[in-house]
Amino acid sequence: MSAVAAPPIVAHSPRAETLRLLLRSKTFILGVLIVGFWIFCAFFGAMVAPHDPLVQSLDILTGPSSQHPFGTDTLGRDVLSRVLSGARDVLLVAPLATLVAILGGTVVGLTSGYMRGAADDVISRVVDAVLAIPVVIIAVTTLVALGSSTLTLVFVIGVVFTPIVSRTVRAATLAERELDYVQAARLGRERAPYIMFREILPNVSGPVIVEATVRLGYAIFTVAGLTYLGFGVQPPSPDWALQISEHYTLLSDTTNLGYYWTVVFPGAAIASLVVGVNLIADGLQQALDR
Amino acid sequence: MSPLIRFLVRRLGLALVTLFLLSVTVFALAHLLPGDVGRSVLGPFSDQQSVDTLNHQLGVDRPVVVQYLDWIWSFLHGDMGDSLQYQVPVWDLLEESLINSLKLAAVAFVLVVPVGILGGVIAALRHGHAADRAITVGGLSLTAVPEFVSAIALIVVFGILLGWLPVTAAFPEGASGATQLEHLILPSLALVMVLFGYIARMTRAGTIEALEADYTRTAYLTGLGTAKVMRRHVLRNALLPTIAVIATQAGGLLGSLLVIEKLFNYNGLGQRIYTAAQFKDFTMLQSGVLIVGIGYLVATLLADILYSLLNPRIRYGAAE
Repeated sequence: MSAVAAPPIVAHSPRAETLRLLLRSKTFILGVLIVGFWIFCAFFGAMVAPHDPLVQSLDILTGPSSQHPFGTDTLGRDVLSRVLSGARDVLLVAPLATLVAILGGTVVGLTSGYMRGAADDVISRVVDAVLAIPVVIIAVTTLVALGSSTLTLVFVIGVVFTPIVSRTVRAATLAERELDYVQAARLGRERAPYIMFREILPNVSGPVIVEATVRLGYAIFTVAGLTYLGFGVQPPSPDWALQISEHYTLLSDTTNLGYYWTVVFPGAAIASLVVGVNLIADGLQQALDR
Repeated sequence: MSPLIRFLVRRLGLALVTLFLLSVTVFALAHLLPGDVGRSVLGPFSDQQSVDTLNHQLGVDRPVVVQYLDWIWSFLHGDMGDSLQYQVPVWDLLEESLINSLKLAAVAFVLVVPVGILGGVIAALRHGHAADRAITVGGLSLTAVPEFVSAIALIVVFGILLGWLPVTAAFPEGASGATQLEHLILPSLALVMVLFGYIARMTRAGTIEALEADYTRTAYLTGLGTAKVMRRHVLRNALLPTIAVIATQAGGLLGSLLVIEKLFNYNGLGQRIYTAAQFKDFTMLQSGVLIVGIGYLVATLLADILYSLLNPRIRYGAAE
């Protein structure tokens, strides 16, 4: 008769409840659809695109037409095909960078929040100092020094975001460490790493998940910004920010409408991706807050 | 010592420690750049002896700690050294860029602060209704979209399709104040789009909290009209967290300036730092970035002080 001993309504475990709330949230579903579309494009975009995104032609800078719905760029490449296949690099770099930041920030945040005292003071001051320098400036300088590659890009953005994540995790840890189960574990002579990672971490996983989604949005933002500045994804990739970086100076040619199609469509693609990620983050936050 | 003074002294002390760590970070960052300064200035074909001579002249053959102390000591006395790239004093170039960036930031803040606060108050008053959702989700989305993307949307609409405003921020030499302002509107609007969401969100949260507070209900019960309650009780309390956000954003704005100034071809601090990084001009870079960091720290410090002066809980020492 083990079924009798079970809690009355199994489906209403906190996790199932969160999932149920998520599936009912319109913001979350819309976000998943948008991001899902771009993930699909990252894998298969080049296949479904009408033209090869890298092949050049003599039809340079032609406006939108039936043959090229989004027009062509300075090298005669089809903008629609480049937009469809432009998600790949940013969707590789940004999630990996977020992963680095979440791992690093969780370790630093848990340590400084749990240990308190001198270690916490030192870590917090260093974090304050690093946060006083705009992320883009740190990233640009480091990328100039190390040279830009996918790996350095992941590493640099990951490291730059670590203090920001650690601040969130620290705040959540400070609240947890005063609770009874932590006190009990400490009286039970558990070692600090065990208490931090096996006792506290599972209980701060909510804020960590929300932070990861929010951070992913910022990572996309930062990868795009760095690529626009010339320190991120390199040519001839059809990356959206790179397309904008290659064509934005044409906007000053107002007589030809600034060849707007070379930048407006990739811009709309970036905007939709970051908004999609933020809708997911918003939905998660709402569901976990209940 | 009164609690307020104690709070201010503590806060100032923390700011000094952070400032010191900041200068070390900036120094380390700038010194990541050139492996061999003399070599990177003179190029790969000059002989080792002239490279050594130049390194000695620049003082980069000294121990790192000595170099750091020398830099900070001179910086505090207003001497930032010579730019490696332009061979002129760093400050001669930074000064103009700093003033230009401040002009751009000033226009952006004059636009975004009232609009953001108004947006937040409207959202709070319509809490849970369509207007609230539109302002919250719209603001969040605008904040999340990279600056250069929103800036391009603005250029295409107002500069190209409507033809109302110039598409670059670089105004002609000796242009009048009005012409300068005209060139600054589009780039500041791009900054407004990035900042609006934060300010509106904080104002909204503060206003909702104040609207639900007991003192607001009491004020209504004493027979005060809505306008008076809003002005005297709700807004006064709701704006506290907003001040903190505005100050933090004022400092963080400089990252966005890097992108916006390049897009609009504007000679500001962001553009200066960008060029310095690109050409490995580390003397320019370290002083430029330190100024940015100091600006951020001063802004957050002022916010904290203002916050504590306005907040009776800190003023009378209940908190802390």
